[in-house]
Amino acid sequence: MENKFKNISRTIYSQLKKDELLTLSFTGEESQFIRLNNAKIRQTGLVNDADIHMKMIANGTTCTGSFTLSGNDDIDTKRAKLEIDRMRLESTQILKDPYLIKPGGSGSSREIKKSNGLSFNDAVDAILPAIQGVDFVGILSNGKMYRGNSNSLGQEHWFETESFSLDYSLVAANHQMVKGTFAGTDWDQNEYEHYLAQSKKKLELMELSPVKLETGNYKTWFEPAAVSDFLSMFSWNGISEASIQQGCSGFGKMRNDDVRLSSKFSISEDFSSGLVPKFNSDGEVSSNELKIISSGELKNTLISSRTANEYNRTSNFAEAGEYLRSPFMKPGALDQSDVLKEIDKGLYLSNIHYLNWSDNPNGRITGLTRYACFWVENGEIVGPINTMRFDDSFYNYFGDNLLQVGNKTEFIPNTSTYGNREIGGTTCPGILADSFALTL
Amino acid sequence: MRNEINIKSLLDAVTVPADWVGIREVYESNTPRMIRDGVPVSNGHYATHGAMIEVLVNGQFGYYGTPDLTKNGIELASKKAFDQAKAASRYALHTFTDEVRPKNIGKYSSPFEKDLRSISAKDLNMLLLDAYKNLKVSDKIVSASSLANVIQTNFHYVSSNGSDVEQDFLMLEFDLSATAVDGQNQQTRTFGGMRGTCRQTGMEFLDQMEILAQANKIGEQALELLDADETPTGEMDIVIAPDQMMLQIHESIGHALEVDRILGDERNYAGWSFVKLEDFGKLQYGSKLMNVTFDPTVSSEFASYAFDDGGLKAEREYLIKEGILVRGLGGKESQVRSGIDGVANFRASSWNRAPIDRMANINLEPGNSSFEDIIANVEKGIYVESNRSWSIDDYRNKFQFGCEYGKLIENGKLTKTIKNPNYRGISNPFWNSLKMVGNGDTNGIYGTPNCGKGEPNQVIRVGHASPLCLFENVQVFGGA
Repeated sequence: MENKFKNISRTIYSQLKKDELLTLSFTGEESQFIRLNNAKIRQTGLVNDADIHMKMIANGTTCTGSFTLSGNDDIDTKRAKLEIDRMRLESTQILKDPYLIKPGGSGSSREIKKSNGLSFNDAVDAILPAIQGVDFVGILSNGKMYRGNSNSLGQEHWFETESFSLDYSLVAANHQMVKGTFAGTDWDQNEYEHYLAQSKKKLELMELSPVKLETGNYKTWFEPAAVSDFLSMFSWNGISEASIQQGCSGFGKMRNDDVRLSSKFSISEDFSSGLVPKFNSDGEVSSNELKIISSGELKNTLISSRTANEYNRTSNFAEAGEYLRSPFMKPGALDQSDVLKEIDKGLYLSNIHYLNWSDNPNGRITGLTRYACFWVENGEIVGPINTMRFDDSFYNYFGDNLLQVGNKTEFIPNTSTYGNREIGGTTCPGILADSFALTL
Repeated sequence: MRNEINIKSLLDAVTVPADWVGIREVYESNTPRMIRDGVPVSNGHYATHGAMIEVLVNGQFGYYGTPDLTKNGIELASKKAFDQAKAASRYALHTFTDEVRPKNIGKYSSPFEKDLRSISAKDLNMLLLDAYKNLKVSDKIVSASSLANVIQTNFHYVSSNGSDVEQDFLMLEFDLSATAVDGQNQQTRTFGGMRGTCRQTGMEFLDQMEILAQANKIGEQALELLDADETPTGEMDIVIAPDQMMLQIHESIGHALEVDRILGDERNYAGWSFVKLEDFGKLQYGSKLMNVTFDPTVSSEFASYAFDDGGLKAEREYLIKEGILVRGLGGKESQVRSGIDGVANFRASSWNRAPIDRMANINLEPGNSSFEDIIANVEKGIYVESNRSWSIDDYRNKFQFGCEYGKLIENGKLTKTIKNPNYRGISNPFWNSLKMVGNGDTNGIYGTPNCGKGEPNQVIRVGHASPLCLFENVQVFGGA
């Protein structure tokens, strides 16, 4: 794939005329998908995909385009030339872009992560025998992923990784479910079977009689997976500087009114794990760490170079969409073994589902409980709860109502496969909130 | 890109001893143009082109999605798909035959009068800039944008049992948006809510006078919302406009009736359904005024087509008739697995994803009531337009929706404008509280380009048409 990208890049750059600048980015994958239902295979197949995204700066305009790399040099060259010609013509027709970003030279990089993954031919026999006898539903996503970037000034970045993710649910006879995500780079059969055994053990708890809850406010422990879902909302009308400037961010209170979250809450953009490339689609390289909220205080928003130009800010080389690419939430002091005791009476939520802003300026988010969510009394699990809707503000559960933060972080992999497999994920601990509003 | 490759001849490149072979080629381009705050933020042309080779081996399908449409590329793809299917067949969830890939031959072209070339990039930029200027009715409009995304899609599907289906689509997503801010009071108004204005149409949709008038109205309404009262809290009647009914239908009917969900395929991702297989033909899904169709034949609606991606001919069918659930949203594979009558809705987002049960056009059929009759029937309630927030549980029971714009209804009359109108409920009792359904004059055609589902994940386009509707005794509330 790297050679494919280099070859087509050379071809494309050779087409440029004086005063035309171009940035190319590459997304590719060689993936296996095995979809499972009731511990059987529902659908299976492989996908080989590679796309070139182009951004041309010419005549004071920004034009973008993309095409699929077929792997056939003649076809790909023809597609590239057509796209260059189209952008060149458009650059004389469309409106000038006063905030355009010219490609720069922030150095080149090459990172290839070798691993001892799960071969496509071995996957069925590795996964299926261990799940027999349980209602198992989910998907194995497996294989190599590629990201590249270069520009007409000679800058080049390449990132290549191989990983697997078995994202699944175990379903009890009463339809209660447990969620699991076994993900990594090196496949270890024993580790997989141990992880699965832990999920099966958790499933036994789901067979307890369900507890019917009334709406109201409850003391609540959120497992890291649930916290990760809340943090993902920061990437949608939240932490983006452009969103704040354009009046559609839940972070306005922190920016404009100096409202603070709990001093126990800190989050940063942290690339030190190396799980995602530090370069963005413009080829700009982020620093290893960018503090977003420290001890409850908003320190930085995510600022792309375009936003910086438009609103007179300093870029921190965020991606154009100004979303978190490698979020890390700082752990606290609460030991997992003390969680039930600290809840005493309240909720233990492993996962949440279908989040949306219900009142964005006030930070209010609605969603639902899902999977292993329990009612706790006297520091012991009583039983799983029926699905409940919540509607509460992050200014509460990450703010005044935040009692304690777990002392261990978990890496919650990004299992999204819209268009292509995503890389990276969120690293965060669980949290204990004094109050959390269930509404339906 | 059409006719770059003759995929029918590529069937001959497949040498593996499969029981059935299909090739589905997809070319698609998106051409988005967007002006935000007076400057261009998008002038792009994004194309994808490839094919999915699918083989049936020992009753198990296997696929390979490839951008390499040469003879060698297809041959290699078919071998890899064959190996996947063969290995998986030992653990097959269901043993299929080629009955689920029926032979069909035909063509479809979406209706349009003016093609993409009829408007230049320059003229479209200028139209969107003029629309922006009309959105910006005040300095309190801190951000405004206008967007047109033109989509061209070509499908060509051939199979070893004789199918040969070509379908061409020209589509448009159009939006206008204005955000007004006064302190912490932020209000956004759009053209149909969350990209709800999307059609199969040509550039004739881009009527300058109409767009500029709409832009001005949207800007004024965003401003109006800044001074509006908060939505009251309580149980009351709610009158829902078609551009919100669209999402109400989508989330609490469409997804709930997808047979692959009912069969459990989606339990790890999108979720299950409160509907069970035994409910078909029996369940009182809603009041007797409720008639819902799967209708891929509506001209200009976003998800009209002649054949699904398994080659099944697409026809209009009732899903719910006089409130009774009669048919599921299941393609041939789901029909065979479940024994439930279905529809031609086996669809994939592109060449790199396998088809699954999806919505197409799911429409609530018009009733007999005029707009005035419906409002006159409400003593105390609210009227809402345009979705801005949506959420529903994994069984499609407990939903909550937020809208952009509302009006109080007092003693049968629309009175004050209200901001932050939200409502919540549970699907089955909610639809049974449907009290009045608007006539054809109140009907609106909308859709969404962003329906997510499936593992691996897929985004697909769906259409929804609905008249104005009145529901009784619904939980309504406003902002914080």
